[in-house]
Amino acid sequence: MEILIAGASIGALGLVFGLLLGYFNRVFAAPVSERVLAVREALPGANCGGCGFSGCDAFAAAVVDGAASISGCPVGGTSVAQNIAEIMGVSVETVDEMQRKVATVVCRGGTNYCRPKYNYHGVHDCVAAAAVSDGVKSCHFACLGLGTCATVCAFGAIRIDERYQLVDVDRDKCTGCGKCVSICPKNVLDLQPLRQPVRLLCHANERGRVITDNCKAGCFSCGKCVEACRFGAIEMVNNLPVIHMEKCKACMMCAEACPVDAIWADFANRLEAVIDPSKCIGCSLCKRACQFDSIVGERRQKHIVTNACTGCAQCVEKCPKSAISVRTRQHLRDEYSQMDAPAVY
Amino acid sequence: MKEILIIIVNGVLVHNFIMNRFLGCCPFLGVSKQLETAVSMGVAVTFVMTLASMITYLFNSLLLVPLNMEYLQILAFIVVIAALVQIVEMALRKISPLLYRALGVYLPLITTNCAVLGVTILNVTNNYNLVQSVVNGFAGGAGFMLSIVLFAGVRERLALADMPSWMDGFPGALITAGLMSVAFLGFAGMG
Repeated sequence: MEILIAGASIGALGLVFGLLLGYFNRVFAAPVSERVLAVREALPGANCGGCGFSGCDAFAAAVVDGAASISGCPVGGTSVAQNIAEIMGVSVETVDEMQRKVATVVCRGGTNYCRPKYNYHGVHDCVAAAAVSDGVKSCHFACLGLGTCATVCAFGAIRIDERYQLVDVDRDKCTGCGKCVSICPKNVLDLQPLRQPVRLLCHANERGRVITDNCKAGCFSCGKCVEACRFGAIEMVNNLPVIHMEKCKACMMCAEACPVDAIWADFANRLEAVIDPSKCIGCSLCKRACQFDSIVGERRQKHIVTNACTGCAQCVEKCPKSAISVRTRQHLRDEYSQMDAPAVY
Repeated sequence: MKEILIIIVNGVLVHNFIMNRFLGCCPFLGVSKQLETAVSMGVAVTFVMTLASMITYLFNSLLLVPLNMEYLQILAFIVVIAALVQIVEMALRKISPLLYRALGVYLPLITTNCAVLGVTILNVTNNYNLVQSVVNGFAGGAGFMLSIVLFAGVRERLALADMPSWMDGFPGALITAGLMSVAFLGFAGMG
């Protein structure tokens, strides 16, 4: 009997409070902006917190405030980002642009680098040419450059370099349909994200002399990129470096280290860190976090980023005073830059 | 008057909720990285503890005791406190958006915190009257605020200190908390 009374009274209590809450929710209804509601509606609503905010409501409010990116919801992905972009009146392309995949030629072996084996006068088609003793280039893996990919491309995105027998993709025109990727007999074409800090431009998985004899632009597995990477993002698999993009901090040191430039880096968009002198308290945490000795300054004195900065941005989150920001580089990087040349201003 | 003073000294220093009773350790470690957020948290906790003490005292003496249902205290108190804080949050959002934003996420965070429930149960076991209960709740909150603000200050300094890597972050914070607790032990016997 007692337990029934207990259960009933607690149940009644819950009911009363539920009604009270519902009533007060009406009475104290605060006006929420239409756009926040619309954005909230477009979100998955799982309140998982994957975006870094305390829930979908908070994220929606932050998006409308401009504090969060419209593609910030990792669960919703591109489709949700597009819906939010429509609500916010932002062009959808900016969301898509980063993730869009385009065809990439994973070979730099024009005839200026890669020796031809013989003179080919046959059918002007890569598939046919590849049947003749593995193609005209001395490297098994090289782009034959006859442009079969260009003939299947419906968007005119592939240019042929007749002089050095190599193809090149116009990344703005490419739609990522993948037709060229499937027709290439040498598999030198690959679909890769449009914006990447670094990219490997060789897929010859032989090593040492075999490569250097054939091609001056080929990766011969020296491993300098693996050593140069301070973030463990590169490992050697099958005589080729594999760059793990999720670990890459865009310091681009692998591209600097590569003796044959087989790793391409987006140097035009390279970053550099800048310390706001008014906020720096001289704690030296950034100096300790810097993998490249590019921050100088004594403890309790203003610190300065020298021109040796690689733009990996590891110092930014270490700064307890949020004094460090990154911007696109304004000068070329100088490995040996020291304090007496405070080039960053 | 003397009793009230004793309750205050007791709640803030001698039987400090974190340092002596080890209640409310979750927000103590969770939101003590920055001084500003620690202050907000302390204000929110003080607010909720004072309010909860008052409401649960009334609830207990007017409803549970006459109906001989004291054994439902824990359950009923949790429901009462949770509902209360929700209503207060709604009211704040409407009436004072500024205060709502200041207390923000901390209010709902601490609705079911053990320090809040603990103070209400302690009020009952100590047979406090309404005034004493409210004062005890406020003192408990003030004690919480004192320790979390002190702790946040220490942690801000620790973040800048040259610490060995195995002590960086949580290990250092926990040792600091332990040392602070030992220091607070010095107040034992005062109340």
